[in-house]
Amino acid sequence: MPESDAVNVLVPTPLRSFTGGEGRVVVPGGTVAEVFDALEARYPGIGERLRDDSGQIRRFVNVFVNGRNVREIDGAATTLSPGDELGIIPAMAGGTPA
Amino acid sequence: MTEAPPSESRFSLPDDMRQAIIAHARRDAPRECCGIIAGRAGLPVRLHPTTNIAEGNALYEIDPAELIDLEFHTMPAQETELVAIYHSHPVSPAVPSATDIALAFWPDAVYIICSLADSEQPVVRGFHIRDGAVSEVDLTS
Repeated sequence: MPESDAVNVLVPTPLRSFTGGEGRVVVPGGTVAEVFDALEARYPGIGERLRDDSGQIRRFVNVFVNGRNVREIDGAATTLSPGDELGIIPAMAGGTPA
Repeated sequence: MTEAPPSESRFSLPDDMRQAIIAHARRDAPRECCGIIAGRAGLPVRLHPTTNIAEGNALYEIDPAELIDLEFHTMPAQETELVAIYHSHPVSPAVPSATDIALAFWPDAVYIICSLADSEQPVVRGFHIRDGAVSEVDLTS
């Protein structure tokens, strides 16, 4: 793994079953999508929890890069710099019957 | 004297937290309110009210920016972890709706619902929601 494009990924509690309990992992990737590919390669099964069949970030998963929601940037295509902090957080959401 | 370990089917909700959830629900009605409870070893330590970013009065979604901060900064710094997620049902009973069940992505948390359907007598109940299955968790004070 090239050290030069490594980013720090913050893994939320519900996904730590994939990472052996680790809440913080370092993987390579120049975009959010590449980081997700690297996560899936290392922790098989985690990718499906992050992206839908079209490759987009799931509606009820939020991804932040250095504190900014990537939906407000370029979504899965958002570019990353070495050392960036990428936080993943599943939604806490619901609702009453209409 | 040793405390009994937390049971899967019981959750100790201190009365001040129960009252804080009801007050939050009343304050935000007719919108749904939401928040989390941080704790240790399954026992509540601190209640964190959060912002509901969902549109309309029939949905809740906790502001993900607040969640990022709580999950990766505030709670680790306070040596706590998520133990419960709460929200209100301003006009419907304190049971998980189909949407609550479909969007339950935190299987280890107790989902607490505060109903204001009877405004004089709010009802607060707790549930585990795992893979679409709902089981009630008794809330003891």
